[in-house]
Amino acid sequence: MHELSVCQAMLTQVEEIARRENARDVTRIVVRIGPLAGVVPDLLQQAFTVARAGTIAAEAELVTEEQPIRVSCLSCGAESDVLPNRLLCKSCGDYRTRVISGDELLLASVELNRLSDERLHRPA
Amino acid sequence: MCDTCGCNVTQGNQHLIQEGGKHEHTHDGKVAVEVLLNLLSENDHQAGHNREHFDNHQVLAINLMSSPGSGKTRLLESTIDALKEKYRIGVIEGDLETENDAERIRAKGVSAVQITTGTACHLDAHMIHDALHQMDLDSIDILFIENVGNLVCPASFDLGQHRNVTLLSVTEGDDKPSKYPVIFRAADHVLITKSDLLAVLDDFEPEKAESAVRQLAVEAPVSLTSAKSGEGLDLWLSWLEGQIDEQSIRRSEGKTATPKIAPEGQQLYTHG
Repeated sequence: MHELSVCQAMLTQVEEIARRENARDVTRIVVRIGPLAGVVPDLLQQAFTVARAGTIAAEAELVTEEQPIRVSCLSCGAESDVLPNRLLCKSCGDYRTRVISGDELLLASVELNRLSDERLHRPA
Repeated sequence: MCDTCGCNVTQGNQHLIQEGGKHEHTHDGKVAVEVLLNLLSENDHQAGHNREHFDNHQVLAINLMSSPGSGKTRLLESTIDALKEKYRIGVIEGDLETENDAERIRAKGVSAVQITTGTACHLDAHMIHDALHQMDLDSIDILFIENVGNLVCPASFDLGQHRNVTLLSVTEGDDKPSKYPVIFRAADHVLITKSDLLAVLDDFEPEKAESAVRQLAVEAPVSLTSAKSGEGLDLWLSWLEGQIDEQSIRRSEGKTATPKIAPEGQQLYTHG
Protein backbone atom coordinates (compact mmCIF):
# COMPACT_ATOMS: atom_id res chain seq x y z
CA MET A 1 0.00 0.00 0.00
CA HIS A 2 2.61 2.55 -1.11
CA GLU A 3 -0.21 4.59 -2.70
CA LEU A 4 -0.42 6.66 0.50
CA SER A 5 3.25 7.65 0.09
CA VAL A 6 2.63 8.48 -3.56
CA CYS A 7 -0.46 10.48 -2.61
CA GLN A 8 1.42 12.46 0.04
CA ALA A 9 4.18 13.22 -2.46
CA MET A 10 1.53 14.37 -4.92
CA LEU A 11 -0.09 16.66 -2.33
CA THR A 12 3.28 18.20 -1.46
CA GLN A 13 3.67 19.13 -5.12
CA VAL A 14 0.10 20.39 -5.37
CA GLU A 15 0.51 22.58 -2.27
CA GLU A 16 3.70 24.04 -3.69
CA ILE A 17 1.97 24.85 -6.98
CA ALA A 18 -1.01 26.31 -5.09
CA ARG A 19 1.29 28.55 -3.05
CA ARG A 20 3.11 29.77 -6.13
CA GLU A 21 -0.15 30.43 -7.96
CA ASN A 22 -1.56 32.29 -4.97
CA ALA A 23 -4.47 29.86 -4.78
CA ARG A 24 -7.38 30.04 -2.36
CA ASP A 25 -8.17 26.40 -2.93
CA VAL A 26 -7.54 23.54 -5.31
CA THR A 27 -10.61 22.09 -6.98
CA ARG A 28 -9.26 19.37 -9.26
CA ILE A 29 -6.08 17.32 -9.60
CA VAL A 30 -5.46 15.27 -12.72
CA VAL A 31 -2.88 12.48 -12.67
CA ARG A 32 -1.83 10.16 -15.49
CA ILE A 33 -1.00 6.60 -14.42
CA GLY A 34 0.18 3.74 -16.59
CA PRO A 35 -0.40 0.09 -15.58
CA LEU A 36 3.38 -0.39 -15.42
CA ALA A 37 3.90 2.45 -12.93
CA GLY A 38 3.11 0.12 -10.03
CA VAL A 39 0.44 2.40 -8.63
CA VAL A 40 -3.21 1.31 -8.48
CA PRO A 41 -5.58 4.20 -9.37
CA ASP A 42 -8.37 2.95 -7.05
CA LEU A 43 -5.99 2.71 -4.10
CA LEU A 44 -4.64 6.17 -4.88
CA GLN A 45 -8.24 7.46 -4.78
CA GLN A 46 -8.77 5.83 -1.37
CA ALA A 47 -5.52 7.26 -0.05
CA PHE A 48 -6.50 10.68 -1.39
CA THR A 49 -9.72 10.83 0.64
CA VAL A 50 -7.56 10.47 3.77
CA ALA A 51 -4.47 12.43 2.78
CA ARG A 52 -6.22 15.54 1.41
CA ALA A 53 -7.75 16.43 4.80
CA GLY A 54 -6.35 19.69 6.14
CA THR A 55 -4.59 20.57 2.90
CA ILE A 56 -5.41 23.22 0.33
CA ALA A 57 -6.91 20.36 -1.72
CA ALA A 58 -9.28 19.25 1.05
CA GLU A 59 -12.31 19.71 -1.23
CA ALA A 60 -10.58 18.74 -4.46
CA GLU A 61 -11.53 16.01 -6.86
CA LEU A 62 -8.82 13.58 -7.99
CA VAL A 63 -9.05 12.44 -11.60
CA THR A 64 -6.87 9.52 -12.68
CA GLU A 65 -6.33 9.08 -16.39
CA GLU A 66 -5.19 5.55 -17.16
CA GLN A 67 -2.87 5.12 -20.09
CA PRO A 68 -2.74 2.09 -22.41
CA ILE A 69 0.47 0.06 -22.60
CA ARG A 70 2.14 0.46 -25.96
CA VAL A 71 5.51 -0.89 -27.07
CA SER A 72 7.72 -0.09 -30.00
CA CYS A 73 9.73 -3.00 -31.44
CA LEU A 74 13.50 -2.46 -31.62
CA SER A 75 13.70 -5.22 -34.20
CA CYS A 76 10.95 -4.52 -36.76
CA GLY A 77 9.83 -1.05 -35.66
CA ALA A 78 6.14 -1.96 -35.28
CA GLU A 79 4.08 -0.50 -32.44
CA SER A 80 1.63 -2.69 -30.49
CA ASP A 81 -0.88 -2.35 -27.66
CA VAL A 82 0.06 -5.03 -25.14
CA LEU A 83 -0.73 -6.51 -21.71
CA PRO A 84 1.35 -5.65 -18.60
CA ASN A 85 2.91 -9.11 -18.44
CA ARG A 86 3.41 -9.59 -22.17
CA LEU A 87 5.43 -6.75 -23.62
CA LEU A 88 6.42 -8.57 -26.80
CA CYS A 89 6.09 -7.15 -30.31
CA LYS A 90 2.73 -8.32 -31.67
CA SER A 91 4.02 -8.09 -35.20
CA CYS A 92 7.26 -10.13 -35.11
CA GLY A 93 7.18 -11.57 -31.56
CA ASP A 94 10.55 -10.13 -30.53
CA TYR A 95 11.06 -9.36 -26.84
CA ARG A 96 13.39 -6.46 -27.52
CA THR A 97 10.82 -3.71 -27.28
CA ARG A 98 10.65 -0.30 -25.67
CA VAL A 99 7.63 0.86 -23.69
CA ILE A 100 6.43 4.14 -25.24
CA SER A 101 3.28 4.48 -23.13
CA GLY A 102 1.97 2.83 -19.98
CA ASP A 103 4.67 3.48 -17.36
CA GLU A 104 3.73 7.09 -16.59
CA LEU A 105 3.22 8.39 -13.09
CA LEU A 106 2.54 12.04 -13.79
CA LEU A 107 0.87 14.98 -12.16
CA ALA A 108 -0.82 16.29 -15.30
CA SER A 109 -2.65 19.40 -14.11
CA VAL A 110 -4.02 21.24 -11.11
CA GLU A 111 -7.19 23.35 -11.23
CA LEU A 112 -7.47 26.10 -8.63
CA ASN A 113 -9.14 29.34 -7.60
CA ARG A 114 -6.75 32.24 -7.16
CA LEU A 115 -6.97 34.61 -4.21
CA SER A 116 -6.11 37.47 -6.54
CA ASP A 117 -9.03 36.59 -8.82
CA GLU A 118 -11.41 37.20 -5.92
CA ARG A 119 -9.83 40.56 -5.17
CA LEU A 120 -9.93 41.54 -8.82
CA HIS A 121 -13.63 40.80 -9.11
CA ARG A 122 -14.57 42.46 -5.86
CA PRO A 123 -16.58 45.70 -6.38
CA ALA A 124 -14.75 48.82 -5.26
CA MET B 1 28.14 14.47 4.29
CA CYS B 2 25.89 16.34 1.98
CA ASP B 3 26.81 19.73 0.64
CA THR B 4 23.39 20.01 -0.92
CA CYS B 5 21.45 19.09 2.22
CA GLY B 6 18.51 21.33 2.72
CA CYS B 7 17.83 21.60 -0.96
CA ASN B 8 14.15 21.17 -1.51
CA VAL B 9 11.98 20.00 -4.27
CA THR B 10 10.67 23.49 -4.81
CA GLN B 11 13.81 24.78 -6.41
CA GLY B 12 14.41 21.55 -8.24
CA ASN B 13 10.91 21.53 -9.59
CA GLN B 14 10.55 25.13 -10.38
CA HIS B 15 12.31 25.38 -13.73
CA LEU B 16 10.57 22.22 -14.92
CA ILE B 17 7.20 23.50 -14.00
CA GLN B 18 7.87 26.89 -15.52
CA GLU B 19 9.34 25.42 -18.67
CA GLY B 20 6.41 23.20 -19.56
CA GLY B 21 3.76 24.93 -17.50
CA LYS B 22 0.84 26.40 -19.34
CA HIS B 23 -1.68 28.41 -17.43
CA GLU B 24 -5.14 28.82 -18.77
CA HIS B 25 -8.50 29.84 -17.43
CA THR B 26 -11.40 27.42 -17.54
CA HIS B 27 -14.97 28.52 -18.35
CA ASP B 28 -15.94 29.04 -14.72
CA GLY B 29 -13.01 31.30 -13.92
CA LYS B 30 -10.84 28.64 -12.30
CA VAL B 31 -7.19 28.45 -13.23
CA ALA B 32 -5.92 25.17 -14.69
CA VAL B 33 -2.18 24.75 -14.31
CA GLU B 34 -0.59 22.16 -16.53
CA VAL B 35 2.21 20.43 -14.66
CA LEU B 36 3.39 17.19 -16.31
CA LEU B 37 5.77 16.30 -13.51
CA ASN B 38 6.50 12.86 -12.11
CA LEU B 39 4.37 12.26 -9.01
CA LEU B 40 7.45 11.06 -7.17
CA SER B 41 9.69 13.90 -8.32
CA GLU B 42 10.58 14.85 -4.74
CA ASN B 43 11.80 11.31 -4.15
CA ASP B 44 13.52 11.24 -7.53
CA HIS B 45 15.25 14.52 -6.81
CA GLN B 46 16.66 13.10 -3.58
CA ALA B 47 17.59 9.90 -5.41
CA GLY B 48 19.54 12.00 -7.90
CA HIS B 49 21.50 13.51 -5.02
CA ASN B 50 22.15 10.08 -3.51
CA ARG B 51 23.46 8.87 -6.87
CA GLU B 52 25.71 11.91 -7.05
CA HIS B 53 27.14 11.06 -3.62
CA PHE B 54 27.77 7.47 -4.66
CA ASP B 55 29.50 8.68 -7.81
CA ASN B 56 31.60 11.29 -6.02
CA HIS B 57 32.83 8.58 -3.66
CA GLN B 58 33.38 6.04 -6.48
CA VAL B 59 30.75 3.70 -4.98
CA LEU B 60 28.65 1.25 -7.00
CA ALA B 61 25.13 1.01 -5.49
CA ILE B 62 23.01 -2.10 -6.05
CA ASN B 63 19.35 -2.36 -4.97
CA LEU B 64 18.14 -5.88 -4.12
CA MET B 65 14.39 -6.49 -4.36
CA SER B 66 12.29 -9.62 -3.80
CA SER B 67 9.52 -11.19 -1.74
CA PRO B 68 10.24 -11.70 1.95
CA GLY B 69 12.24 -14.88 2.46
CA SER B 70 13.61 -15.35 -1.03
CA GLY B 71 17.18 -15.18 0.18
CA LYS B 72 18.48 -11.62 -0.18
CA THR B 73 20.42 -11.63 3.09
CA ARG B 74 21.72 -15.14 2.47
CA LEU B 75 22.91 -14.06 -0.99
CA LEU B 76 24.70 -11.07 0.56
CA GLU B 77 26.42 -13.31 3.11
CA SER B 78 27.80 -15.52 0.34
CA THR B 79 28.72 -12.50 -1.77
CA ILE B 80 30.62 -10.93 1.12
CA ASP B 81 32.49 -14.21 1.74
CA ALA B 82 33.51 -14.32 -1.91
CA LEU B 83 34.43 -10.67 -2.44
CA LYS B 84 35.43 -9.11 0.86
CA GLU B 85 39.15 -9.61 0.30
CA LYS B 86 38.93 -7.83 -3.04
CA TYR B 87 36.36 -5.09 -2.48
CA ARG B 88 35.21 -2.98 0.43
CA ILE B 89 31.51 -3.67 0.94
CA GLY B 90 28.78 -1.80 2.78
CA VAL B 91 25.15 -2.77 3.29
CA ILE B 92 21.93 -0.89 4.03
CA GLU B 93 19.23 -3.22 5.31
CA GLY B 94 15.53 -2.38 5.07
CA ASP B 95 12.94 -4.13 7.21
CA LEU B 96 9.79 -3.17 9.06
CA GLU B 97 11.35 -4.15 12.39
CA THR B 98 14.51 -5.64 14.02
CA GLU B 99 18.27 -5.31 13.52
CA ASN B 100 18.52 -9.03 12.69
CA ASP B 101 19.67 -8.69 9.08
CA ALA B 102 22.22 -5.95 9.83
CA GLU B 103 23.61 -8.15 12.62
CA ARG B 104 24.00 -11.05 10.19
CA ILE B 105 25.95 -8.78 7.84
CA ARG B 106 28.10 -7.31 10.62
CA ALA B 107 28.95 -10.85 11.72
CA LYS B 108 30.71 -11.11 8.35
CA GLY B 109 32.91 -8.15 9.23
CA VAL B 110 31.10 -5.69 6.96
CA SER B 111 29.52 -2.40 8.04
CA ALA B 112 25.73 -2.39 7.89
CA VAL B 113 23.08 0.22 8.64
CA GLN B 114 19.62 -1.06 9.45
CA ILE B 115 16.63 1.02 8.41
CA THR B 116 13.46 0.00 10.22
CA THR B 117 10.50 1.42 8.36
CA GLY B 118 7.82 0.66 10.96
CA THR B 119 4.90 0.03 8.65
CA ALA B 120 6.25 1.40 5.36
CA CYS B 121 6.36 -1.27 2.68
CA HIS B 122 9.38 0.07 0.76
CA LEU B 123 12.55 2.14 1.10
CA ASP B 124 12.59 5.62 -0.39
CA ALA B 125 15.38 7.98 -1.36
CA HIS B 126 15.07 10.06 1.82
CA MET B 127 15.51 7.00 4.05
CA ILE B 128 18.65 6.08 2.10
CA HIS B 129 19.93 9.63 2.42
CA ASP B 130 19.50 9.50 6.20
CA ALA B 131 21.25 6.13 6.35
CA LEU B 132 24.17 7.54 4.35
CA HIS B 133 24.89 9.94 7.22
CA GLN B 134 25.85 6.86 9.23
CA MET B 135 28.18 5.47 6.54
CA ASP B 136 31.65 6.41 5.40
CA LEU B 137 31.30 6.15 1.63
CA ASP B 138 35.05 6.70 1.19
CA SER B 139 35.67 3.32 2.77
CA ILE B 140 33.28 1.42 0.45
CA ASP B 141 33.51 0.17 -3.14
CA ILE B 142 30.10 -1.52 -3.36
CA LEU B 143 26.98 -0.59 -1.45
CA PHE B 144 24.19 -3.16 -1.37
CA ILE B 145 20.76 -1.85 -0.47
CA GLU B 146 18.55 -4.71 0.66
CA ASN B 147 15.04 -3.38 0.13
CA VAL B 148 12.03 -4.33 2.23
CA GLY B 149 10.82 -7.81 1.24
CA ASN B 150 7.92 -6.94 -1.05
CA LEU B 151 7.32 -7.75 -4.69
CA VAL B 152 5.19 -4.67 -5.39
CA CYS B 153 6.03 -1.33 -3.80
CA PRO B 154 9.86 -1.07 -3.90
CA ALA B 155 9.78 -1.01 -7.72
CA SER B 156 8.24 2.47 -7.80
CA PHE B 157 10.90 4.30 -5.75
CA ASP B 158 14.29 5.31 -7.10
CA LEU B 159 16.88 5.25 -4.31
CA GLY B 160 19.85 6.52 -6.31
CA GLN B 161 21.14 3.03 -7.11
CA HIS B 162 22.97 2.23 -10.34
CA ARG B 163 21.50 -1.22 -10.81
CA ASN B 164 18.48 -3.25 -9.66
CA VAL B 165 18.62 -6.95 -8.91
CA THR B 166 15.37 -8.88 -8.47
CA LEU B 167 15.39 -12.29 -6.75
CA LEU B 168 12.90 -15.09 -7.29
CA SER B 169 13.21 -18.19 -5.12
CA VAL B 170 12.15 -21.51 -6.58
CA THR B 171 9.53 -22.01 -3.85
CA GLU B 172 7.62 -18.99 -5.15
CA GLY B 173 6.63 -20.49 -8.50
CA ASP B 174 7.94 -20.01 -12.02
CA ASP B 175 5.08 -17.70 -13.03
CA LYS B 176 5.95 -14.95 -10.53
CA PRO B 177 7.35 -12.60 -13.23
CA SER B 178 3.99 -12.75 -15.04
CA LYS B 179 2.12 -12.00 -11.82
CA TYR B 180 4.38 -9.14 -10.69
CA PRO B 181 5.58 -7.61 -13.96
CA VAL B 182 6.53 -4.17 -12.64
CA ILE B 183 9.30 -5.35 -10.30
CA PHE B 184 10.76 -7.93 -12.71
CA ARG B 185 10.74 -5.41 -15.54
CA ALA B 186 12.88 -3.13 -13.37
CA ALA B 187 15.62 -5.76 -13.02
CA ASP B 188 19.12 -5.44 -14.46
CA HIS B 189 19.78 -9.00 -13.29
CA VAL B 190 17.22 -11.63 -12.23
CA LEU B 191 18.49 -14.24 -9.79
CA ILE B 192 16.52 -17.43 -9.39
CA THR B 193 17.55 -18.44 -5.86
CA LYS B 194 17.51 -21.62 -3.75
CA SER B 195 18.22 -23.85 -6.76
CA ASP B 196 19.33 -26.56 -4.29
CA LEU B 197 15.61 -27.05 -3.54
CA LEU B 198 14.80 -27.95 -7.16
CA ALA B 199 15.60 -31.56 -6.27
CA VAL B 200 12.46 -31.69 -4.13
CA LEU B 201 10.31 -29.28 -6.17
CA ASP B 202 9.12 -30.85 -9.39
CA ASP B 203 6.84 -27.97 -10.34
CA PHE B 204 9.34 -25.15 -10.81
CA GLU B 205 10.91 -24.94 -14.25
CA PRO B 206 13.75 -22.39 -14.47
CA GLU B 207 13.20 -22.13 -18.25
CA LYS B 208 9.57 -21.13 -17.68
CA ALA B 209 10.65 -18.48 -15.18
CA GLU B 210 13.17 -17.09 -17.66
CA SER B 211 10.58 -17.11 -20.43
CA ALA B 212 8.16 -15.16 -18.18
CA VAL B 213 10.93 -12.60 -17.61
CA ARG B 214 11.61 -12.32 -21.37
CA GLN B 215 7.91 -11.68 -22.01
CA LEU B 216 8.39 -8.46 -20.05
CA ALA B 217 10.87 -7.33 -22.72
CA VAL B 218 13.73 -7.76 -20.26
CA GLU B 219 17.12 -8.53 -21.78
CA ALA B 220 18.85 -8.72 -18.39
CA PRO B 221 20.65 -11.95 -17.46
CA VAL B 222 18.61 -14.56 -15.57
CA SER B 223 20.86 -16.73 -13.37
CA LEU B 224 20.00 -19.90 -11.50
CA THR B 225 21.77 -19.75 -8.13
CA SER B 226 22.00 -21.28 -4.70
CA ALA B 227 23.79 -19.34 -1.99
CA LYS B 228 23.75 -22.57 0.01
CA SER B 229 25.34 -24.96 -2.49
CA GLY B 230 27.22 -22.27 -4.41
CA GLU B 231 25.60 -23.22 -7.73
CA GLY B 232 25.55 -20.35 -10.21
CA LEU B 233 27.19 -17.88 -7.83
CA ASP B 234 30.05 -17.47 -10.32
CA LEU B 235 27.53 -15.98 -12.81
CA TRP B 236 26.33 -13.50 -10.21
CA LEU B 237 29.82 -12.60 -8.98
CA SER B 238 31.26 -12.08 -12.45
CA TRP B 239 28.28 -9.86 -13.35
CA LEU B 240 28.90 -7.89 -10.18
CA GLU B 241 32.61 -7.46 -10.89
CA GLY B 242 31.72 -6.35 -14.41
CA GLN B 243 29.44 -3.71 -12.88
CA ILE B 244 32.21 -2.49 -10.59
CA ASP B 245 34.54 -2.15 -13.60
CA GLU B 246 31.86 -0.33 -15.59
CA GLN B 247 31.23 2.07 -12.71
CA SER B 248 34.94 2.80 -12.48
CA ILE B 249 35.11 3.52 -16.24
CA ARG B 250 31.99 5.70 -16.01
CA ARG B 251 33.50 7.70 -13.16
CA SER B 252 36.71 8.32 -15.07
CA GLU B 253 34.53 9.73 -17.85
CA GLY B 254 32.37 11.74 -15.43
CA LYS B 255 29.27 9.69 -16.24
CA THR B 256 26.71 7.86 -14.14
CA ALA B 257 24.05 5.19 -14.68
CA THR B 258 20.48 4.51 -13.68
CA PRO B 259 18.86 1.07 -13.72
CA LYS B 260 17.99 0.16 -17.30
CA ILE B 261 14.27 0.57 -16.80
CA ALA B 262 13.85 3.86 -15.04
CA PRO B 263 10.68 5.92 -15.22
CA GLU B 264 11.02 9.22 -17.02
CA GLY B 265 11.04 11.12 -13.76
CA GLN B 266 14.12 9.27 -12.55
CA GLN B 267 16.03 10.16 -15.69
CA LEU B 268 15.15 13.83 -15.30
CA TYR B 269 17.07 13.95 -12.07
CA THR B 270 20.10 11.92 -13.03
CA HIS B 271 23.15 13.91 -12.06
CA GLY B 272 26.62 13.78 -13.52
